Amino acid sequence: MSDKRTIPAPHVEEETRPYWEGLRDGKLLVKHCRTCEAAHHYPRSFCPHCGSDDTYFKESDGRGKIYSYSVFRAVPEPYAIAYVTLAGTDISMMTNIVNCDLDRLAIGQEVKLCIVDTEGDGPPVPMFEPV
Amino acid sequence: MTLKGKAYIAGAYEHPTRKAADKSLAQLHAEVAKGALEDAGLTKDDVDGYFCAGDAPGLGGLSMIDYMGLKLRHIDTTETGGSSYVIHVAHAAQAIAEGKCKIALITLAGKPRSSGEATGTKPRNYGNDSPDVAFELPFGPTIVNNYAMCAHRHMYEFGTTSEQLAWIKVAASHHAQHNPNAMLQKVVTVEDVIGSPVIADPLHRLDCCVISDGGGALVVVAPEIAAKLDRPKVRIIGAGEAPKHQMGGRVDLTYSAAAASGPAAFAEAGVRPSDIKYASIYDSFTITVLIQLEDLGFCAKGEGGKFVSDGNLISGVGKLPFNTDGGGLCNNHPGNRGGITKVIEAVRQLRGEAHPAVQVANCDLALAHGTGGSLGTRHAAGTVILERVE
Ligand SMILES: [Zn+2]
Repeated sequence: MSDKRTIPAPHVEEETRPYWEGLRDGKLLVKHCRTCEAAHHYPRSFCPHCGSDDTYFKESDGRGKIYSYSVFRAVPEPYAIAYVTLAGTDISMMTNIVNCDLDRLAIGQEVKLCIVDTEGDGPPVPMFEPV
Repeated sequence: MTLKGKAYIAGAYEHPTRKAADKSLAQLHAEVAKGALEDAGLTKDDVDGYFCAGDAPGLGGLSMIDYMGLKLRHIDTTETGGSSYVIHVAHAAQAIAEGKCKIALITLAGKPRSSGEATGTKPRNYGNDSPDVAFELPFGPTIVNNYAMCAHRHMYEFGTTSEQLAWIKVAASHHAQHNPNAMLQKVVTVEDVIGSPVIADPLHRLDCCVISDGGGALVVVAPEIAAKLDRPKVRIIGAGEAPKHQMGGRVDLTYSAAAASGPAAFAEAGVRPSDIKYASIYDSFTITVLIQLEDLGFCAKGEGGKFVSDGNLISGVGKLPFNTDGGGLCNNHPGNRGGITKVIEAVRQLRGEAHPAVQVANCDLALAHGTGGSLGTRHAAGTVILERVE
């Protein structure tokens, strides 16, 4: 297992609170824009594609594919950082791939959401594991 | 409006130290400033423009001009990480072209080595106000694994191999053997590189640059000043700068901001990549070099692996001599920011002052390119094209 390292608790702003509350409820919420209909990540009040401030959260089905990854081996417990492209979108998010054989990961591999606790009372974060 | 031909690099100096525990950061900045001004044949009282970036202590430019006692008409503290100083050269030329200053000083200094900083392997926390931090820091992003993801994707899309990346280090080491100040002076082989420990797949220890203390400085001057100085004339003829980021999640790790800064610089200079006799290419990692070479147009996208192989970057051997000081990979990466040493070695080459074993014959056209920030998230590129004139 690669997830025994301490996961720092993310800092929550009002702007991003629904995202973190969603994760506490087991959901990965992705910001979308009502003006241009594009998705974006990380979530912002303003759409980084068109500049509109008319944005809303939509639940992801938690499926995706590894866009790229790297197993960090210069630590006692190696872990895999990755960008995962969310199914049905053109956006990729930084994450970790967990519950896997680190030597058998591959770009293009299908993965699914796996929500992992962070330090203290912090909200959990979205990681992924092989399907 | 163009900066072409409107400013010259008259002074260049690289601090010989690679470990400076006994020096203050401000002192290092002042020492490199003195070195570059002496190289140009000028003094601090001649300086009327000053450029520095995030490595300057305290309130940046203000703290340093106070320390050095500079009296200025122009100050610019553009911060784009390791590419800052390449961009400063362009900004200095622009300021000179507009009459805002005549003698511009650029300094860089840092002490990550003596302070024991785990530059590449400790996740960097830019603070809670940085909007990306909450969405990245939990996943353990380091400098190395960030660049490693770029390397992996490049391998996946184009078939690039670890052996091809290793050739970049091999070429740098061939140059570094002639540099008595270089941190790594031993010539290495492809097998040495891929046999070194994996830090972050697919990057090995020897795919990474050194961590060093030190610094460097440049003096950029107006043509009428350059005409009076008894130094070879290095003219700035083209520049480009460009940022690149995650584009709201539309991440594409196969190219860098050099794809925008390079063409802008070539267009302004009116030259092509095939005209370049010597190139300083930012080399935080081997993959950084490969992606930038493609983006700058030295080869087609995806062909970088073939381009760098078989010694093609070694001076006297290959078609494109690069980083003849040994670069960040072997010589020096002062303050974790290699942009200024890229320009300094290009100036040495154009003046004919590189080490004789690596000096490019008739080197009259050179390129210096920097990437600052992190290739896989947010970075900025700066490109300058320089020519020697009689
Ligand atoms: Zn929009």
